[in-house]
Amino acid sequence: MKTKMKTSEFVIVMVIAVAVALYTLMPFILVVLNVFKSATSIVADPIGMTGASIGQLMTNLTNVINNSNFSFWFAFGTSALITIVSLILLALFGGMAAWVICRNKTKWSTAIYMVFIASMIIPFQVVMLPMISTFRDVGNFVGLPMLQSIPGIVFAYCGFGGAMTVFILTGMVKTVPYDLEEAAAIDGCSYEGIYFRIVFPLLRPSVVTVTILNGMWIWNDYLLPSLMLGQNGKVKTLPVAVQAFVGSYVKQWDLILTAALLAMIPMIIIFLIAQKQIMSGMVEGAVK
Amino acid sequence: MESSGTGRKLLSLVLLIGGAALLVGSLALDFMGNRASYRGPMLVIGVACFLAGLYLFPTLTRHKDIINFLFLIPLLFTFAVTVIIPLCLGIFYSMTDWTGIQYTKFVGLGNYITMFKEVSFLWSLIITVLFVLFNMILVNLVGFALALLCTSRLKGVGFFRAAYFLPNLIGGIVLGYVWQFVFNNVLIQLSSNGVSLLSNTPTAFAAIIVVYIWQYAGYIMLIYVNGLVTVPGDVLEAAAIDGANAFTTLIRIKIPMIASTITICTFLTLTSAFKQFDVNMALTNGTGSVQDFMGQYLTNGTQMLALNIYNTAISKNSYALGQAKAVLFFIILACVSLIQVRVSNKKEVEM
Repeated sequence: MKTKMKTSEFVIVMVIAVAVALYTLMPFILVVLNVFKSATSIVADPIGMTGASIGQLMTNLTNVINNSNFSFWFAFGTSALITIVSLILLALFGGMAAWVICRNKTKWSTAIYMVFIASMIIPFQVVMLPMISTFRDVGNFVGLPMLQSIPGIVFAYCGFGGAMTVFILTGMVKTVPYDLEEAAAIDGCSYEGIYFRIVFPLLRPSVVTVTILNGMWIWNDYLLPSLMLGQNGKVKTLPVAVQAFVGSYVKQWDLILTAALLAMIPMIIIFLIAQKQIMSGMVEGAVK
Repeated sequence: MESSGTGRKLLSLVLLIGGAALLVGSLALDFMGNRASYRGPMLVIGVACFLAGLYLFPTLTRHKDIINFLFLIPLLFTFAVTVIIPLCLGIFYSMTDWTGIQYTKFVGLGNYITMFKEVSFLWSLIITVLFVLFNMILVNLVGFALALLCTSRLKGVGFFRAAYFLPNLIGGIVLGYVWQFVFNNVLIQLSSNGVSLLSNTPTAFAAIIVVYIWQYAGYIMLIYVNGLVTVPGDVLEAAAIDGANAFTTLIRIKIPMIASTITICTFLTLTSAFKQFDVNMALTNGTGSVQDFMGQYLTNGTQMLALNIYNTAISKNSYALGQAKAVLFFIILACVSLIQVRVSNKKEVEM
């Protein structure tokens, strides 16, 4: 079946592939190259290796990490905490809702499902302003800090990620054989036990998919945390910290590029570990 | 067994009553204008106790309904508070003189009229449409070409796929600044006149398109690869035996067979390009001068719709106007999505 490619064709295809790869990786290469330099040598020669040294990298790193405008570790921890807690809650609540919607075919469950699906077209821009004021008013009224607080952001992500999560997980619940659940019920498993012991473990592949999709979005999201936390608030996620940092150090490329590198590294490490899952998860999310 | 049953009954009752008491108590404090700091935690604990009491409620017939309710409520509640209520409020606020905190009067369609009289907004609308059109075509072409490259017999496919996909992992804000560096400090050295591409409105606009393709093509490529590998090998083999060359195979077999993938990718690029915000903000922040557009000098040459909404509300503090623009933004996206549903349904019937 496989027609053999001619050597000349193979060489041409390889050259194109390498050229495109160089182009896509070029900005990353430039960042890595320039974090080894001081601000003056970056401006003087951004492409070459002149003035690059390990010592300068250390200086840049300590300057950025210890910078009070950036506070890397704090921002990193905030981002990680928000992302992890939101992902766990979304998978848990999303699976629970998907199961109930799928196993109880009533008018209500269908209506709820339809609303979830329809809401997936709502862009964040149309709800962001009233959402902030609702959160502020409700928070003031009941005495809970909803803005400028990590639980508030997690709450918002559960609301926004819910529709997509339920949609993908409902597709998976449909594939779980109902006989299994009946057998468990006959053996004396409680109703909620059926979900946690039988159904949820079987949802794993789709839970991985939604976790990847939600994770990429939540980790990189800028607009929601910047509106909820404020540009100069105490709590900052990584993207908000980068934006605030760059705003205060215009043209200080040694610091900006080091900050950018620090912001990129966690995602790249995760990608190197779970490359296959991430790429197939992203495709599945789009195709569904 | 008997004692645990009564214990459970008692616990449920205590939790239900206690939870309800805390709940009502904290709400009563709220309504009386009490600003004590313990009313927030009181409310949360009250709700938690009430739900736990509900879970332990000693009934066999209604147990299933209670669990159904408990399983649905967390997501439904967060969803209602973050999406449904703000959406309804937002549509209402867009017809008032809302300041982000309060409104005093209903102005009907006043904000919508102001919006269409604002020349800079019309400019944003036009360049957003242009941006979307360019990207829809270019991202799909580049993504498809990369997918063909990645499904041809080349060495190290895994590496190339990962390399092309990598930009998609990083958030737009960080990428925007990295590219700002590339344009302002690196490419400027290669240009003859020493002017950055970002300082000129048309070239800055092109720069945003380039960055966007760079970021998004790898993702679209993955979806096309996923489609291309589903084209059955025996069909390709039959074509090869019949003497079809690579180009004919591509046009006559591969493209028709992945028509549904093309639909998905087209709408995916359309909606995501339309919502583009992060790169726009970090790369140019919407700046760029336009000498004469409808008789006015504009300074928001590269400001896309999403950024225009943000700036109207946050920077210029015109919340009601920004909200009206956002509602228009929503209507456009909703229309696009409806067309998408129509198109993909038709496709499925044909196949």
